[in-house]
Amino acid sequence: MNKRISLPHALSVTHRNATMYRRTWMLSILPNFFEPVFYLWSIGLGVGAYVSKMRGVSYVEFLVPGLICVSAMNGASFEVTYNVYVRMHYEKMYAAMLTTPVEPDDILIGELLWALIRACMYGGIFVLVALGLGLASPLQALRVLPVIPLSGLLFSALGLAFTLRVGSIDLFSYYFTLFLTPLFLFSDVFFPIEERLSGVWLTVAEALPLLHPVRLARFAFHGGGSAGQSLGMLAWDAAYVLGMSLGLLWWAHRIIRTRLLS
Amino acid sequence: MSIVVDVSKVSKHYDSREVVHELSLQVRAGQCFGLLGPNGAGKSTSLRMIYGVTAPSSGCVHVFGLDVASESRAVRARLGVTLQDNVMIDALSPVENLRVFGRYYLLREPLLSQRIAQLVDYLELGSHADIPVIALSGGFKRRLAIAMSLINEPELLILDEPTTGLDPAVRLSLWTKVRELKANGKTVLLTTHYMDEAERLCDYVVIMSQGGAVCQGSPKQLIAERVGKDAFEVDCTAAEEHQLLDGFGSLGKLRAGARLLVYGADVSPLVQRLHQLDPLRPFVMRPANLEDVFLAQTGTRLEAGA
Repeated sequence: MNKRISLPHALSVTHRNATMYRRTWMLSILPNFFEPVFYLWSIGLGVGAYVSKMRGVSYVEFLVPGLICVSAMNGASFEVTYNVYVRMHYEKMYAAMLTTPVEPDDILIGELLWALIRACMYGGIFVLVALGLGLASPLQALRVLPVIPLSGLLFSALGLAFTLRVGSIDLFSYYFTLFLTPLFLFSDVFFPIEERLSGVWLTVAEALPLLHPVRLARFAFHGGGSAGQSLGMLAWDAAYVLGMSLGLLWWAHRIIRTRLLS
Repeated sequence: MSIVVDVSKVSKHYDSREVVHELSLQVRAGQCFGLLGPNGAGKSTSLRMIYGVTAPSSGCVHVFGLDVASESRAVRARLGVTLQDNVMIDALSPVENLRVFGRYYLLREPLLSQRIAQLVDYLELGSHADIPVIALSGGFKRRLAIAMSLINEPELLILDEPTTGLDPAVRLSLWTKVRELKANGKTVLLTTHYMDEAERLCDYVVIMSQGGAVCQGSPKQLIAERVGKDAFEVDCTAAEEHQLLDGFGSLGKLRAGARLLVYGADVSPLVQRLHQLDPLRPFVMRPANLEDVFLAQTGTRLEAGA
């Protein structure tokens, strides 16, 4: 594996996307950036007006950590699903790269880095919005920053693995509607799952990817006390994110040669 | 002359379908080498095996003396490929596309800008160098695609169907460029299904059909050996053919529907014979070409003698 990966070549792939993005960012920033802001506004301030407190903070404050992770999730997911698929199958961009010294694993790492950059941009912008609205203190903002690339890494790895596996662009609507949307709704973003779910469902919820970055972000914001988070649980969350990401990337590395080299 | 590409008994099959069958060829330094054949003959697959993105099912490929299977990165650093489709970023200008492509070879400033300036000049891209590629004509895009594959100053240039879909004037100007590149010492390997293109450009050709090489040699040599100098074409029935060719048993003949093609060192006696049989029958007499070799070798069966 090491022999096949060259960071300079991977960075040339990342650079290609960045060059392209400088031209089209106005178009692609809108959905990723505004969506969580709309949620904050509608559910945080609208629904939140009928909620007195949630885990000891106002409802809109409760939403912020989770939505930062969602923002990073969306930034990464669009990039590694639709965009990677189009570059692979429609634009034949990888076929062109592979006539140069760029190897399939460089493309994998280059796309991963780019998706991480996108995730950090969207998560970062969200943190700035929260700071501006007084929903996060500078200390909270600083503490939550490392969670953004973690969330981005996890959803980049998930999306890349999915994209390398699917045979049709139509299947991405399943990924978004049947996978990302339920994660968004049931991963401790909108309500404390341990208060609403019980028994076996709580165990099932532990398998959901988004839950783990969300819990880490909540800890970064509010510390362990209010959510009853133990250090053991945080270690589990971090291990889940890293383990799942590395496992999926390893699998993507295993199949990308056969997917790109016919 | 040293050997740049050495393909030895290479086969490729996808599941049970064999697309290339025991292909062997050698491209020498400074040569313009043509891989000819109809669509589906296995030309592009063969090219992909040469630059190392398709792994052969059996056999081996060496380029610059390196095994492509294990040294693909090193091999591709020294060659350039123009794919059949123009792959470029529509939203970016030619210069920006060249810049992005140069980075795949890890070219850095100021060298990158120097190379781009040279290529813009050489392939005459200057008039539209800074407008988005999406607004460019097919011929302009093709020149840009070739410029992109020259960004690393490759020793070997691989062109997959370089002029397919282009108008005659653009084809002529691209042929001139390819000849210039060759004159400047580049080795060129191209695929084409245009026999006239191969005849004009290539020093050496391999004619492929159904995944295998049916013959190889210089275009002149192949034409002389396989069909002869001249070709004679006429529409006629089988009975008329018998009358026409009576006594000309040494000529090669080929039939494509109603059309009879006759080849040989001298077909002028046939003109006289036809004139006796039917003075008003239209006919064509012309020098034989690679198209004839190809037809003789693949499409219709060549029957030497009557």
